[in-house]
Amino acid sequence: MDHLDHLETISVRILREAYASFKSLCMLWSIGKDSTVMLWLARKAFFGHVPFPLVHIDTHFKIPEMIEYRDRLAAEWKLMMIYGENTEALAQKQTFPDKAVDRLTCCRLLKSEALKATLNGTGPRFRFNHDKKCYEPDPNPEPYTGVIAGVRADEEGSRSKERYFSPRDRENVWDLGDQPPEFWNQFKTDFAPGTHVRIHPLLDWTELNIWEYIKREGIPTVSLYYNQGEGTRYRSLGCYPCTFPIESNARTVDEIIEELRSGALSNIAERSGRAQDKDDGGGLETLRREGYM
Amino acid sequence: MEKSAEREKMNIVIAGHVDHGKSTVVGRLLVDTGSLPQGKLEQVKALCARTSKPFEYAFLIDALKDEQSQGITIDSSRVFFKTTRRDYIIIDAPGHIEFLKNMVTGASRAEAALLVIDAQEGVQENSRRHGYMLSMLGIRQLAVVVNKMDLVAYRKDVFDAITAEYAAFLKNINVAPTGFIPVSGINGDMLSTRTAALAWYAGPTVVETLDAFTKEPAPIDKPFRMPVQDVYKFTNFGDSRRIVAGHVETGRLGVGDEVVFYPSGKRSTVRTIETFNAPQPQGVAAGQAAGFTLSEQLYITRGELAARAGETRPRVTSRLRVSLFWLGREPMVKNKSYFLKLGTVKVPVKLEDVVSCIDASNLNATEARERVERHDVAECVLKASKAFAFDPMDEVAVTSRFVIVDNYEIRGGGIIREALNDQQTWVREKRFVRDAKWEQSGISQEQRAEKYNQKATLLLITGCKDAGKKPLARRLEARLFADGKIVIFLGIANVLYGVDADMPAHADAKSRSEHLRRLAEIAHIMLQVGVILIVTAIELTQDDVQLVKTVVNPDVLQVVWLGESITTDIDCDLHLPNFDDPEACVDQIKALLQEKGIIYKPW
Repeated sequence: MDHLDHLETISVRILREAYASFKSLCMLWSIGKDSTVMLWLARKAFFGHVPFPLVHIDTHFKIPEMIEYRDRLAAEWKLMMIYGENTEALAQKQTFPDKAVDRLTCCRLLKSEALKATLNGTGPRFRFNHDKKCYEPDPNPEPYTGVIAGVRADEEGSRSKERYFSPRDRENVWDLGDQPPEFWNQFKTDFAPGTHVRIHPLLDWTELNIWEYIKREGIPTVSLYYNQGEGTRYRSLGCYPCTFPIESNARTVDEIIEELRSGALSNIAERSGRAQDKDDGGGLETLRREGYM
Repeated sequence: MEKSAEREKMNIVIAGHVDHGKSTVVGRLLVDTGSLPQGKLEQVKALCARTSKPFEYAFLIDALKDEQSQGITIDSSRVFFKTTRRDYIIIDAPGHIEFLKNMVTGASRAEAALLVIDAQEGVQENSRRHGYMLSMLGIRQLAVVVNKMDLVAYRKDVFDAITAEYAAFLKNINVAPTGFIPVSGINGDMLSTRTAALAWYAGPTVVETLDAFTKEPAPIDKPFRMPVQDVYKFTNFGDSRRIVAGHVETGRLGVGDEVVFYPSGKRSTVRTIETFNAPQPQGVAAGQAAGFTLSEQLYITRGELAARAGETRPRVTSRLRVSLFWLGREPMVKNKSYFLKLGTVKVPVKLEDVVSCIDASNLNATEARERVERHDVAECVLKASKAFAFDPMDEVAVTSRFVIVDNYEIRGGGIIREALNDQQTWVREKRFVRDAKWEQSGISQEQRAEKYNQKATLLLITGCKDAGKKPLARRLEARLFADGKIVIFLGIANVLYGVDADMPAHADAKSRSEHLRRLAEIAHIMLQVGVILIVTAIELTQDDVQLVKTVVNPDVLQVVWLGESITTDIDCDLHLPNFDDPEACVDQIKALLQEKGIIYKPW
């Protein structure tokens, strides 16, 4: 077993424990490399199937290729694909691109608020209809009590404090000062009514591991991650008004792996192209305490 | 940060009493191994000078918390440093509130530990407590760092006294430390370099000690153990495979091997080993996530422990002697129901007895107590509401480890030292031997069920004397027979005066149990034929039902109570308050059988 087998094994165990423990379970899929690897790991864990819905929070400011890619994989892999949104904020143009609010407020409205409402079932959910190849309102308003998210401990500070199974209270709030102990592969699978548990199968993975695994397994990724000849590529994907590419000549998975191994990016944060982080005092902690992924 | 995939990584944990210098040792290790960002040390030193604070290596850790947005060297729960040998990750680094909870979390993922003791203060309560907990958590490699040697003028006799005292303590709890190292974190003696101040010490430095730790090989030489996480059947995705999934904790398993599931004792043979996006393997081994199909379909569920026939079998019982540590704010008390989780088992347990509590301040076992207080380490007897499978600590460590859940949270953890007998042990042991020797019919249970259009079932009708149990049984037999079912009513007397002829008929508790066991054994044989077997008995208790379930497969049993009030502690599948309308009673039982899929509903 090499280091990727080992990481895969840890993640698979966590995904299966989550599936066995939570009746109303979903997986957050941001379309990015990490949560796509996580989706692939679910197919590993369940022998080609994904037996729970994938939830994407659509801000409607995503780079268009991301949405095409999402719907293509949803159809190919027969995913129970659901997206949620903050319909009200979008209708009232309460967004940063509409110059109504700052970046952080925009994130809070279009992501954190939309996520909270989608998860607890008070907001709209749209489900992919595989026959008609389009989205329809999802009649199921059941709150999700287990939410699988693709955060990695090495990504930025606050994420390193996470457990594999991390409780959230009614308001989605994360009390990181008083977390339950987690040992011997026994996780927090019991929870009080109204609360939910975030599940983090990728906690031990690094950015390099993600790319090594994408290469080994041949996982399809969005072309935005690669230099298309402009000398830039996206290292982290988000909404187009707030996401910027980095300078890089890496055109292929192999070249990205080489770039990461060389240490060329070791002094640049992975999320440096994500403008909202900077508005949060250099960390995502505020957003994350409130339920942001 | 990882530069290349090939370098070995090791998770370590730092433990020790508060203020014994854990952070200083960590800070010094970072500096000495060149694992800090350029200029960081100078920057922190300059800051200290400006604010007139004496420089402490522990400040480095705080200062580095701001570094996260740039290159990742440290974060508040993990510290990274590297030697020429490998990369180290210190998990759950010092400085947390609720240190013990985090130390336990970190230590359970660690492969080795450093335990720090202050040379001036000597062995303290938490030095012992942490040592004990590290050993319970399964840390195999432990080195003791005697820090602040500069404060005792680097005296060898001080070091020797601490070493002697702590070594005796560790011996007492069966821990063999890798070594004792005198250091001064503040001056950098013996962390990575030997200095003249400790010239009398000839052993390895801290870094040398770490580098000498070995990666523990996966326990493939132990008996095969895989807690069943689930049995997957994704028929709605057009997949007919029925896959038993789990994480292989120990041993190995190959295609064609006979597997036995405990506590049920069900057996089958591995037909295939399943994967996704990889070639189909012929075997799996410890450390792998696995899934396999069986040659005969078994009804098994999450919580069973898969073992391989012919290897040491796991223990199955509901009473356990354990060592446990308690982290909950509320003490663990008797007469309260908790959940025990071990592998994929989750079962209600009660604290039956506190045999002894280890007093961490002097490590003497105190007299028996009524409760286990926060941060106590205690030897206890636990009673689970049903038997489950596990191994004793000294046979297969990983399947002896459990946690205790109270009010949704993990509040404690422990290891099972010994399987104690419960009321069903004598029957269970006979059953496992019987199953191992059992001559399998060439016709499977599924084939019979399909042919006869019914599932083999033992229907126990119980209740008070003269409630109408036998008349009901006969009515039911007649109706099912008329429906074309293969059914028979078996009266107790049929067994009592034949098979049980060697035993006293009217009986003490002991022979009552033996009567019941023999009845269940006969039922077990008859069930192999595929029949629906109706048996009546007076006022069965839950223990009686457990006994029958221990002999026959638990999922073939249906229990009906007839009569107004249920006079025992039995859990029944159906309660019929009276026998005023016999046909209505039969209808209700038929509905139960239909609902459980034992007989089909008419079209």
